[in-house]
Amino acid sequence: MADLHFLANPARFRRFSQRVLPGLTFATVLAFGVGLWLALVQAPPDYQQGETVRIMFVHVPSAWLSMVGYALLAALGASLLVWRHPLAALMARAAAPVGACFAVICLLTGSLWGRPMWGTYWVWDARLTSMLLLFFLYLGHIALSRAYDDPDRGDRAAAILALVGVINLPIIKFSVDWWNTLHQPASVTRLDGPAIHSSILIPLLWMAASFLMLFILLVLLRTETEIDRRRLEAADQPL
Amino acid sequence: MTGFAALLMRDLRLAWRRPGDAAVVLAFYVVAVALFPLGVGPEANILARIAAGVLWCTALFASLLSLDRMFATDFEDGSLDLLLLAPWPLELGVLAKCAAHWIVTGLPLAVLAPVLGVAFGLEPASLAALAATLLVGTPTLSLIGGLAAALTLGARRGGALLALLALPLCVPTLIFGAGAIEAQATGEAFAGHLAILAALALVALATTPWAIAAALRQAGE
Repeated sequence: MADLHFLANPARFRRFSQRVLPGLTFATVLAFGVGLWLALVQAPPDYQQGETVRIMFVHVPSAWLSMVGYALLAALGASLLVWRHPLAALMARAAAPVGACFAVICLLTGSLWGRPMWGTYWVWDARLTSMLLLFFLYLGHIALSRAYDDPDRGDRAAAILALVGVINLPIIKFSVDWWNTLHQPASVTRLDGPAIHSSILIPLLWMAASFLMLFILLVLLRTETEIDRRRLEAADQPL
Repeated sequence: MTGFAALLMRDLRLAWRRPGDAAVVLAFYVVAVALFPLGVGPEANILARIAAGVLWCTALFASLLSLDRMFATDFEDGSLDLLLLAPWPLELGVLAKCAAHWIVTGLPLAVLAPVLGVAFGLEPASLAALAATLLVGTPTLSLIGGLAAALTLGARRGGALLALLALPLCVPTLIFGAGAIEAQATGEAFAGHLAILAALALVALATTPWAIAAALRQAGE
């Protein structure tokens, strides 16, 4: 934790992120190149789903990251309210739209996959509904943090909202087990080991790692932008 | 506890002296519910089928209407500052405000809903179920709505934002509230649905006062 507190200073964070970003950008591009080849060329078509199984390589990592993104928002919210870290507010502002985008990608790819597989773009199934709610919570967070003339006030209100909304995360995770509806239950994160053959599991995990790198890259970049924006606003203000 | 009672009585007295505010909410409820048979068409079996969902969703919208003034008037005239400075927990004061909001809007909605349910052709047993679910469910709406009201205190475009924040958080209550009436009609476990609805209300009761108080302290800074 000590290291994270060290990064709470925006200027220090900016120096850190500028050192990390070039390498991370290169690594992300490389990881996506390999991951897309693994997912689109190397992985065999599923014996039931055929080629549509490849949608999963985008769908599942986006779903994971939209949840990771919200957990990050809640953690940032807690650290803003507890330690008043100035960086936590800026990073939450930067991360919320990224997480919302991953939620949208997850919902869109899911309905594209659902059309040939379930015969419908959308069903009001427990997991789909809770994922949609997560997207709405993201929208609320984004709107609330930008609804005040005083940005600090918006940041703190959004932090409280993030902490309240985090209740939705376990509901999404366990919705497929609690309500046994159309969406298939978890097949990777199970106690008795993944229920997916390694020829599909490895590309999936590779893609998940690539998406995670993309997520970190976008959040770091956008946080830098937020720091710069806040500095410009401070410079613009009449003394 | 005297502070709680005093604040509750003050809010109720304020509402009593301006009965128009509460009446507008109820009038909205009646008018909005009456739109559905006009929009969907007057077939009795369709109306009876959608009655639970319509009456619940509209009750949710109606309870949102009066929320934007829940803390705003206190914020403007300075009594919120006094509440923040008061030598007793702000959480209790928040609870009193939410209780007052429930008595002024939630309770009348729960009483009015069965009357409107008759117009949708609901069975007497379903009408009783409707009133019971609204009685158990509307406190949750007041608490969650109170949180949204506290978070949006002093925000630009407060009203629409308030709805955007409150509605997703109210979804579990809506699902189990309307589901309970459905379960009652099909002979499933009505008590189970009602118990989950009560559990949601208790969770909201145990968590939201802290969050609302935190939000109000941010607003008071």
